[in-house]
Amino acid sequence: MHWDLVGSYAPLFMTAARVTVVVSLGGVALALLIGLLVAVIRLWRVPVLSVVAGAYVEFSRNTPSLVQLFFLYFGLPKLGILLSQEACAIACLAFLGGGYMAEAFRSALEAVPVVQHESAQVLGLSSRQALQHVILPQAMAQATPALVANVIFLVKESSVVSGIALADLMYVAKDIIGQSYDTAEALFLLVVSYAVILVPLSVLGTYVERRFADGC
Amino acid sequence: MAADFLLQGETISRLLVGLSVTLRISLVSVALSLPMGVLMGVLFTRRNPLLRAVLRVYLEFIRVMPQLVLLFIVFFGSATMLGLNFSGEVASVIVFTAWGSAELGDLVRAAIESIPRSQYDSAYALALSRRQAFLRVILPQAVRRLLPPSVNLVTRIVKTTSLCMLIGVVEVVRVGQQIIDFYRFDYPYGALWTYAALGLLYFAICWPLSLLSRWLEKRSS
Repeated sequence: MHWDLVGSYAPLFMTAARVTVVVSLGGVALALLIGLLVAVIRLWRVPVLSVVAGAYVEFSRNTPSLVQLFFLYFGLPKLGILLSQEACAIACLAFLGGGYMAEAFRSALEAVPVVQHESAQVLGLSSRQALQHVILPQAMAQATPALVANVIFLVKESSVVSGIALADLMYVAKDIIGQSYDTAEALFLLVVSYAVILVPLSVLGTYVERRFADGC
Repeated sequence: MAADFLLQGETISRLLVGLSVTLRISLVSVALSLPMGVLMGVLFTRRNPLLRAVLRVYLEFIRVMPQLVLLFIVFFGSATMLGLNFSGEVASVIVFTAWGSAELGDLVRAAIESIPRSQYDSAYALALSRRQAFLRVILPQAVRRLLPPSVNLVTRIVKTTSLCMLIGVVEVVRVGQQIIDFYRFDYPYGALWTYAALGLLYFAICWPLSLLSRWLEKRSS
């Protein structure tokens, strides 16, 4: 291991880490939105939509992210839908993560006792008000550990975007290995970069799991 | 928009060959992960602090790193740093075995620790030895809790083996790309249909496993 090489490659990894973080953040934010929407559609048993939502959840969870990404990036342009690499990467994580987040929200929403729904209804709250003020706040505590686990999962999955030549951490490492054969240095920086992003998230995950262990 | 190239005999047989590589990597890794994961999980419940610390660092490293990073470390790293030239497929099996056994080890640990203290006490009160208590009382209960998440782990491994193409393994996704390239001029919509077909193929394997896992979970609770 040549430390001077590590030093000279470090700035490349800083830039690449930004790409990984931006793509992950975008994907996570959209996945949370999609997940909540899908979970509520299924909770309310909205006709037609809830069947579509159920199929979406199964499909997003049971296909590889790499195939989803390639379909978005290489397949959809054939239908005239052209997305940039960044947009594709974020869309892929949103599609994949949406299914996982939906399941996290759904099991938490279902864990809220029926009596809570009934009480809200008796008090004259609309279903929207009941969800917003009564059901969701209780479900959130229950859902938090699974949501954090999904965030970690999505950040890890973001490494596949190197497959469509988006210059994330993985791509930069591959590039250095291919061009200059400084494999040890590139792998070292790659591991350190992911550790800097993922270890704090993992510690947070362990903390919330303990904190919310009883769902309160 | 025609997609009839997908139904030609040669395309199908090539995809099946690719699929066999995907399944071979998955099954070999799962088969190796089972004993190693159980061993790791059991070791984790021992009270030896040094053993626990070493295992903890190993498990956390494997579980926190993206699988693609692990593939790169084993495929490129071991060649440069250790002088070991693994084929892409061997490197993939090593990575998925390490990952699978780490995940399974954690599941085993959680399952064993979830068995209430009273079960041990009762077993000892009935004059069972430590070994007997573990094998006949604790383990059967732990396995029941272990089954649903373990089946889920298999689907995760199958899905994640698609990453092996990025280190040059010719598995089913790579074969799909070759088919797209082969029909590039005759079938301009090839990419659309092929990736959709690949998605359906994985779905056909993983969805039944997910349903099985859910069914097992419902049955055990």
